[in-house]
Formats: sequence, C-alpha cells, structure tokens
Amino acid sequence: MKKRKFSVSMSAVYFCLVFWAITTIYPILWVVQNSFKAKNKILENSFALPVGDLFTFANYRKAFENLNIFNAYKNSIFISSMVCVIVILLAGLASFALVRYHFKLRDTLYMLVVAGMMFPAFATVIPVLTMETSWGIVNTKNWWLSMLSVILPQVAGNLSFAIIVLSGYIRGLPIELEESAFLEGCGPVQIFFKVIVPLTKPSFATVAIFSFLWSYNDLFTQMFFLGRPEARPITRLLNELTSNEGTDYGLMAAAVSLVVVPVMVVYIFLQKYIIKGMTAGAVKG
Amino acid sequence: MGANIYKNKKPLFLFLLPAFIFMTVFLYYPFFKNILDSFMQIKQLGRSGEILNEPWYSNYAKLLTDANVRTALKNTVIMTIVTIVGQVGIALVLALMVDNIRHGAKVFRTMFFFPIVVSATALGLLFNLIFLYDTGMLNQLLSALGRKELIDWKSEKWALFTMMLPVMWQYVGFYFVIIVTGLNNISEELYEAAAIDGATKLKRIWYLTLPLLHNVLCTCVVLAVTGALKVFDLPWTMFPKGMPLKSTFLTGTYMYYQTMIVKDVDYGSALAVMIVILGVVLSRVVNAIFKEKDY
Repeated sequence: MKKRKFSVSMSAVYFCLVFWAITTIYPILWVVQNSFKAKNKILENSFALPVGDLFTFANYRKAFENLNIFNAYKNSIFISSMVCVIVILLAGLASFALVRYHFKLRDTLYMLVVAGMMFPAFATVIPVLTMETSWGIVNTKNWWLSMLSVILPQVAGNLSFAIIVLSGYIRGLPIELEESAFLEGCGPVQIFFKVIVPLTKPSFATVAIFSFLWSYNDLFTQMFFLGRPEARPITRLLNELTSNEGTDYGLMAAAVSLVVVPVMVVYIFLQKYIIKGMTAGAVKG
Repeated sequence: MGANIYKNKKPLFLFLLPAFIFMTVFLYYPFFKNILDSFMQIKQLGRSGEILNEPWYSNYAKLLTDANVRTALKNTVIMTIVTIVGQVGIALVLALMVDNIRHGAKVFRTMFFFPIVVSATALGLLFNLIFLYDTGMLNQLLSALGRKELIDWKSEKWALFTMMLPVMWQYVGFYFVIIVTGLNNISEELYEAAAIDGATKLKRIWYLTLPLLHNVLCTCVVLAVTGALKVFDLPWTMFPKGMPLKSTFLTGTYMYYQTMIVKDVDYGSALAVMIVILGVVLSRVVNAIFKEKDY
C-alpha cells in the first residue's frame, strides 16, 4: 500500500518535470521542423513532420541569398571573441592586483567595481554614443571601427562581473607557489602569466563563457552602435527581419533555426561550464 | 614573505590602469554625464548638449505628465511581480521536485537551462510564430482541442500576457540551477533526523527546506527584480514601439523608443535616470521585505 502511494506521487512529480522540459525544448524542435516546410504549409498543420511532399530547402536557400547570414555570423563572432579576450585579460590583471597588493585605495577601488555592476546599459548608452561619435568611430564605412565602437562599451559592461568572480578565485589560491616563483627570479608580470593564469583557468573559463554569450545576445547595445548593414551581427539581423519580412514565416523559421542550432550544439558539449559560467556571479553574491 | 614579492608597488599601475581606464571612460563618466544630459537640450543623437533646457527640469516635468511613462511604469511593476512569482516560484517548485527524484536530475537541469543561452531576439521571433493569430502553434493546438474561435494573442487584451510569458519562461532554468545548488548544500542528516521524528515530506519542506533556503531565495528575488528592469530584447522584438496602441511599453523599451524613434535624446536620458532610481527603490523594497538572515 505504502509503496503504491509512493509511486503515484512520484509519477506526478515526473509528469510536472517532463512537462516543463517539453516547454523548454519542444518550441525549438517545432521551429526547426517547420523551417523545412514551404511557407504557406506551416499554417495548416505545424505539428506534422516535414517528410515527403512537405519537405523543402527553399527557406534556407532564401535565407542565405537574401540575408547575408554568414556575414552576420562573422560580425557576431568577431565582436564576442574580442569582448571575451579583452575582458579576461584586463579583469585578470586587475583582480590579481586587487587581491595580492596592499595599498590605500584598494577597498575604494573594489567598491567602485561592485558599483559598476549596478549601472544598467540604459543609463550609459547615450553619453557613450556621443563620445564615440566625436571620436568618429560610430557608423563609419570602416568595418574595424564599427566593430570597435560596440566592443568598447561591451567590455566595460562585463569588467565588473569578471573582476568580482576572478578576484574571489585568486584570493583562494595558496601564495606559496608565487613565493617559489619569486625565489627563482620571476617578476610580478611573469608570476601573473606563469603561475596565476594557469591556476585560475576554470574561473577564466567561467568568465569567458559568460562575457561571450552576454555580448553575443545583447541586442540593446548593438541597436545603438551598429546601423550599417555590413556591420550587423546576428541579433540585429534577426530584429531587422521581423520588421521587414514579418509575414514570411518559412524564412523566419529558417533564420531562427540557423541562429539557435549552432548554439544548441555548443551547449550540448559545454553545458557544464556554461551553466556554471552563467550562474557564477549569482552564487558568489 | 608573500608581502615581499608585492612590496614594489610600481607594477600595480600597469595591472590596474587598463581596467579602470575602461570603466571610467565607458561606465562611471557616462553615468554622471547622462544625469547632466537629462537637463540639457540635445538636438541630435551623437551631439552633446550645450544649453540647459528651459526650464532646466522640463524633462522631469514631462515624465510626470507623460501617459506612456505611466504605462511603462505599470507594466514594469507587473513584470517585476511576474518574474518574482513566476520565475522564482516555478523554479522553486521544480527544484524541490528534482531534489526528490532518483534518476534524470542532470538531464532536467540541462533542458531547463537551455533557453537562457539562446538570444532573446531569436526567442522573440520564435514566439511570434508560436503566438501567430492565423495560425501559430498555440492557436493550432487550441483548435485541435476543440476551441472554435482563435485568440488574437497580440490584441490589447492579451498583449501583456503574450509579452511576459516568454520572458518569464526563459529564465526559470536560471533560478532553478541556483536553488538546486542551495538544496544540495543542506545536509542530509537534518532530513534524516526530521524523518525519525516523524515529519512528513511536506512538513520537512515547510519547516526545514524553506527556512534553510531563505538566503538563496533572497538572492534569487533580488536578481529577478534587477533582471526585470533590464528586459529589452524580447519585448522589443515581439512588440516594437509599444504595439498595440502603446500599451506594452516597459521602462527600458520606452527609453529606447524616445531616444531612437522619437529622437528626443535628452528625454531619453531623463528616462534612463528614472530607470536607475526605480532600480534602487525596488531593490531597497525587496531587501526590506526579504531581509537576509544569519543562522
């Protein structure tokens, strides 16, 4: 009797969990399956699998011909990689200094870093745009400058978080290793690159993943800084697509699939690190 | 000994300067400049304001009379409540469930977290297709279940629901992971002791798990509130320009609308200042209600 009651409540629990899992996964599968159907067929029965007559590559052909998706990918990946690399380097150096050196302004600087987390992008974007316009790097023909104009504010936006996570980790490292490196004649710069960086790798991975994804998905900053078509990253392109081709459902489904599927593949392989990276800031406080 | 290595303070500047120059130029300075800007006349995006507004507080007077600001504030407050109750609430229930199962906890975690890595813009497009009137996934599902009339999910009546549901849905997995981590930190012995004392499962959750999770839930609520104020991508993709009839503005999307579409740049700055103040006020309120406790 007792055993049966147990299994009834257990199946209810599993039912709820599976239900939520379906809501998180099925919409993606649904859009992928519909991206292989002619645009007018989606509206008849979207739950049918795209087999036999239903199957077509037309949406993808159109996506590649009209949308310049490869260029958008190139822009997105370039921006996010640069943001990621610069954030790791600058935040790594700064956290090392904030943890290991004792100096007067240390606590003040650390408070400034924490305060930096509180500034929403809304509150800084207009002056940053004004400043960069006066430098002549916003919406110019030069592709490199356009990329730079969005990389700079995105780096600044990620530094606070990165410094907090990294300095938390470096604080926990034993100082003995640095001491022995020092005895063998290493200066602080060498200690940083040869001792600290290798030991802090897991934490660097966390920060790297977080800043890469954050930059890759950040539509708001991109809407302000990247107006020219050749400089458009993926999110910007998708946003454009809604306003211009809002009724071509096949094309929309194909575009969404092209953006989501690569992310899904990367997620399957790196999920452990990604989940850790995205929640690290929260757990650490 | 350790102090010896780092006694020479010269390299310190080399380490600190790059990061702090970045933050000063792109974070601290613009933050204060933005407050000044909100009192200035700015003719065009990208130009700086030179003369004060007439009167200098005119943007703030406008904030008080602007009906759209009221809509945006109202929607943002609703959004905050939805994220607290919906995201953290659902995440808590799911986490408690996963804590009780023997198999598959890892798989569920992976699946629940997935929407967070997908860009909100792509999800906006996806949900546009799902909520399509004639006839997206939901309306097809409803008619398969026997419903005769289709629901216009983007009409005024349903718009807020249609906008907030995906936002809520996307981040449940985030809080789920945080709460599960918190649950794993509760020692098994406490539960065993309670079981020996004859506490039922529900009683154990109510008297043991929830009080012990208090601080974790606090963190979640604070994050949910600050997150709710930052929402932009998904609403702007699904309901650009506050459609329908400017009824779906959030503070963030309205700030973008004024700055980039109406091109009233200094008013946009004032709205950004309002968002900051709102953030401070809301997190104070949350902290007062859910005070962190030490055990």
